Amino acid sequence: MPASSLLPILAALAALGFVAGRRRALSLAGGDARGLHSLPAHYGAEVALFTLLPALALLALWSLATPLAVNHLVAGEFPAETRAEPGAMSLAMSDIRRLAAEPDAGQGSAGQGTRAASLQEAARLYSTLRARASGLASLTVLLTALAGLGYALWRIHPRRRARSHVEAILESLLIGAATLAILTTLGIVASMLSGTIEFFRLYPAGDFFFGTIWAPSFGGGSRLGILPLLWGTLYISLIALAVAVPIGLFAAIYLSEYASPAARALLKPLLELLAGIPTIVYGLLALVTVGPALARVFGDEGLGWMQGASAAITAGLVMGGMLIPFVSSLSDDILNAVPQALRDGSLGLGATRSETLRLVVLPAALPGIVGAILLAASRAIGETMIVVMGAGAAARLSLNPFDAMTTITAKIVSQLTGDADFASAEALVAFALGMTLFVLTLGLNVLALHVVRKYREQYE
Amino acid sequence: MNNCSQDTKVTAKNVNVWYGDNHAIKDVSVDISDRMVTAFIGPSGCGKSTFLRCLNRMNDTIPTCRVEGELCLDGEDIHDARVDPVELRARVGMVFQKPNPFPKSIYENVAYGPRIHGLARSRAELDEIVEKSLRRAALWDEVKDRLQAPGTGLSGGQQQRLCIARAVATGPEVLLMDEPASALDPIATAQIEELIDELGRSIAVVIVTHSMQQAARVSQRTAFFHLGDLVEYGETDQIFTNPADSRTEAYITGRIG
Ligand SMILES: Nc1ncnc2c1ncn2[C@@H]1O[C@H](COP(=O)(O)OP(=O)(O)OP(=O)(O)O)[C@@H](O)[C@H]1O
Ligand SMILES: [Mg+2]
Repeated sequence: MPASSLLPILAALAALGFVAGRRRALSLAGGDARGLHSLPAHYGAEVALFTLLPALALLALWSLATPLAVNHLVAGEFPAETRAEPGAMSLAMSDIRRLAAEPDAGQGSAGQGTRAASLQEAARLYSTLRARASGLASLTVLLTALAGLGYALWRIHPRRRARSHVEAILESLLIGAATLAILTTLGIVASMLSGTIEFFRLYPAGDFFFGTIWAPSFGGGSRLGILPLLWGTLYISLIALAVAVPIGLFAAIYLSEYASPAARALLKPLLELLAGIPTIVYGLLALVTVGPALARVFGDEGLGWMQGASAAITAGLVMGGMLIPFVSSLSDDILNAVPQALRDGSLGLGATRSETLRLVVLPAALPGIVGAILLAASRAIGETMIVVMGAGAAARLSLNPFDAMTTITAKIVSQLTGDADFASAEALVAFALGMTLFVLTLGLNVLALHVVRKYREQYE
Repeated sequence: MNNCSQDTKVTAKNVNVWYGDNHAIKDVSVDISDRMVTAFIGPSGCGKSTFLRCLNRMNDTIPTCRVEGELCLDGEDIHDARVDPVELRARVGMVFQKPNPFPKSIYENVAYGPRIHGLARSRAELDEIVEKSLRRAALWDEVKDRLQAPGTGLSGGQQQRLCIARAVATGPEVLLMDEPASALDPIATAQIEELIDELGRSIAVVIVTHSMQQAARVSQRTAFFHLGDLVEYGETDQIFTNPADSRTEAYITGRIG
């Protein structure tokens, strides 16, 4: 039985458990809920949780273990030399899965001779094993659910502290969710790290971190220095922040301190709408509108500072535009969280609105605003699409904002989308680049937390 | 221009206040004299704070609030286009019902008003103003060793006195005090009442209080509000010994409110 039909059954069992637990608790107390330690619903909830959780855990285990076990068993049918050959086994397995899914389709195409026959054989084995495992899984899961239900019902007693038990179970569920989130992060770091280590085996770390030339060549003899990319990333982000922070902050100040309620009700959703535009659209804007417009003014026909439409300034300006709603929306929330009583206190002493803002509201909101700016910086550093479409592809250490530049993110994309062998230094460098990016944004976030905490001590 | 009399400090004529549809102040007229303490009393929610906030246009900051009627300071309409509410509030100081110290040091809290109005010519003069204000608010002895500590770290009653010191430091012509002693112990209360008494000799003080004894002790005039109406206004002695309205009598003897 597939999980999709198992889940409704489990849900029904849990509902049944809830009702039965409730009823049993009430009847044990002689129909008077005051005789129970907890509310009748707590007893019901405990039974439902006991029915559901172990069964779900078992189901998850089965779903993970079945494919592994079946593949292992099927692979065992093949001769040792096939298994030893790299790639051959996975090719065979995908054939088997296809044959198992549609047994007739393979007849003609899978080829001829002994290989076809042995594949058919294996596919049959594969299907039977899958079916048997699935039946076994359904059976054990249902039995576990019933056992949980029965056990929990049997344990009900008027003095049983069902309320605290439910509380404890819910708490551990929440802890489980949090742990899963942390494990995901750790998993990502681990996979990045292993790729990075692999890369440093093929390419010296010193050349990577301190090399000033980025010139991958798929034939070999690449020079993979990160500095030009890091420079491009930071430079473009800086331009973007120089645009987004003042404009976004001033917009937020206008919205929260000066705008009438009617203006606010209109403008705030508009700004938030802007924040929802996918970055690829901004990328198009950079490519089609902003870049050519800048080139017309600063390019060869104009001032002659700019070689083409793609430049750090193009990407920086557009990215700044993308970040404005981000900064203003966050800052607006932060300014609004400053209590009105503080503003009243200042206005009541005869301060003007801008004095109140400068001397009372902004200092109180500063930690939050610094946090918002650092978050915006993280986003700028991680932004890809706008850079790919607006900044050009040349990795270059240049101070001129009108030069084409490129960033770490853009180069990760281009290194992985080429036809390079995945085990070559040219492809693996993506992991090292990604890891650097990760450390960079992590550092920014830690800094943000530190700043926020330091100022909070001062102001509370 | 307007028909406000010149010899009272603050004049309110037929003032009405609405919060949205809630008619919070109904046709209230009061004359507040200079160099005198006026007490507003009345049950909770009757509109004392609302009326007090009309006198320095603090209700402007509440979007739903609408004020109508004539309000004059020194014979000049405070709603006149030529009157800057910022200047008005510098002249009419306020101590709010809930203590609202700034998230700054104790010193900076008190120095705030003098700084923005440029009242001190030197740091020494500012120090002097801060010390004097804190002394008048009966807080100096408790905080003199930690003037740089955050004002928000003080206790509730200390914060209340800090806010009083802050309002006094600006040297207002009228001081509106919304339950300034609600969180204070008897000793601090006595010290604050002394301050009110002293202030009442030179400026107009309006105090909202829930303590009948306090109103009787510190004020010369008393106004009794009930459900947004001004029920009775007159000499404090007369209100407390011989009230004209039965609702006033019921309130001060503790039968309503
Ligand atoms: N900001 C506001 N928004 C809407 N209604 C308000 C607001 N402030 C006060 N009100 C309403 O106005 C009326 C008078 O309130 P006010 O605060 O003036 O009473 P009060 O006499 O000061 O009471 P208390 O003694 O409890 O402080 C109340 O009905 C209250 O609900
Ligand atoms: Mg009040």
